[in-house]
Amino acid sequence: MSNGTLQIKAISGHAGPVAGLDTSRDYSVAKLIDVTTCIGCKACEVACLEWNGYPFRETVFDNTYQTMPDTEWNYYNLIRFNEHVNEDGTLSWLMRKDGCMHCADPGCLRACPADGAIVQYANGIVDFNQEHCIGCQYCVTGCPFNIPKFNSETKKVHKCTLCSDRVGAGLEPACIKACPTGCLHFGTKEDMKDLGEKRALQLREHTSHTNAGVYDPAGVGGTHVMYVLHDIEHPERYGGLPKNPTIPLLVRIWKGPMKWIGNLAMVGGILGVALHFLRFGPKNEQ
Amino acid sequence: MIERYPFHERICHWLTGFAYLYCFGTGLAFYSPYLFWLAAMLGGGPTSRFWHPVVGLVFFGAQMWMHHIWRADVSIGPADTEWLEKAKYYVSNQDEKVPAQGKYNAGQKLYYWAMFYGAFLLLLSGAFMWFPEYISFDWRWVRPVVVFIHEGAALITIGAFIIHVYMSVFMVPGSVAAMVHGSVSKDWARAHHRLWFHQKTGE
Repeated sequence: MSNGTLQIKAISGHAGPVAGLDTSRDYSVAKLIDVTTCIGCKACEVACLEWNGYPFRETVFDNTYQTMPDTEWNYYNLIRFNEHVNEDGTLSWLMRKDGCMHCADPGCLRACPADGAIVQYANGIVDFNQEHCIGCQYCVTGCPFNIPKFNSETKKVHKCTLCSDRVGAGLEPACIKACPTGCLHFGTKEDMKDLGEKRALQLREHTSHTNAGVYDPAGVGGTHVMYVLHDIEHPERYGGLPKNPTIPLLVRIWKGPMKWIGNLAMVGGILGVALHFLRFGPKNEQ
Repeated sequence: MIERYPFHERICHWLTGFAYLYCFGTGLAFYSPYLFWLAAMLGGGPTSRFWHPVVGLVFFGAQMWMHHIWRADVSIGPADTEWLEKAKYYVSNQDEKVPAQGKYNAGQKLYYWAMFYGAFLLLLSGAFMWFPEYISFDWRWVRPVVVFIHEGAALITIGAFIIHVYMSVFMVPGSVAAMVHGSVSKDWARAHHRLWFHQKTGE
């Protein structure tokens, strides 16, 4: 993924052509979360804390299998739990690994005013650089998934990095490595989408989950973290996953046309008074 | 010379002005990536973000103090409607066709009210922007709305501010000196604020 530049083009003393030469490769990465096989063990939560070097936090018991109410600045990864009552009166325990979705069109990055505080790598990972963060939390305003979390002591915002430091070294993210059921997958976006669709098809054909599908919302240009859901029509059942997430319209207006209207008005105002001075000059006291 | 701005009024004016300028500079830095260098000049991004709302409170407080001092002088009356109808003569320096004015003319009063109501909009929207982490996710629609209001109100005050600085520094010589030293010449008072001049001197 990161070592595309090290793909071999020519080999000395090699019989025949270079294996794999001229094959195209998708270097964008993705995480696929098959919620239908998640058992809510929280191994991914622990692995995330360990890799990122954060201490274990106090948990909050609210009579569910959820560690705490929400993700935190030093707790990127939370299994959301919902006991859903089905139409026939039976119960479904819905588990969803919540964390940054790594949108292809990231609202946080669009809203951020600080140079270099948020970057999107060519492989699709959206990463926060805390050394450039000014703590304004515009990213919180831009994000449709409630992901960036503020550390009020350091005044910096944090979120899941998709283990960009591990992926850059050719490793899979820590949560993937820890998952015991294989519900977490990591690979190229294309492969993960394909795998997810196959799993959804299997669910539709061989189980009662006839609405199973892959969550890869188009409103944010698709995401580099995707879910396989039992019921793609009701993502909100999985701890408030938005059905049609989009960057708020006012954020687009404020970062788009309003800048140019405002800039034109300010420059126009200064030019206007300058022209006025040239035409009429100062008032005299007569 | 005639005293126009006593010491406390000058303090109030410059406190409001410099607090506004700081918020103006840091605010422009957050407004556009092409102006982010302003944050570097004003102490760096995180420092600017920390002080912008605090200095904003100073601006608002100073504006309220100013209101306490000048509210009688800036209330809009029938004479102002007449001035506004003839504003084109004022703009084109045909001041002899403009009705005589009190301490402030209608244009200055409009500037005052733009900044006054702007300060309220900026404070109310800015309070939410200061602590967005306390707006729950269910109320997330509030966040872009307050940013939009803050930016719109700021742009309106900037427009008014450009005219204010231009008028006082370039258009009406003696204005800056009046706000620094506190007094104006008789000619200045007679030319620009004749009713106030009569009231002040009895001439």
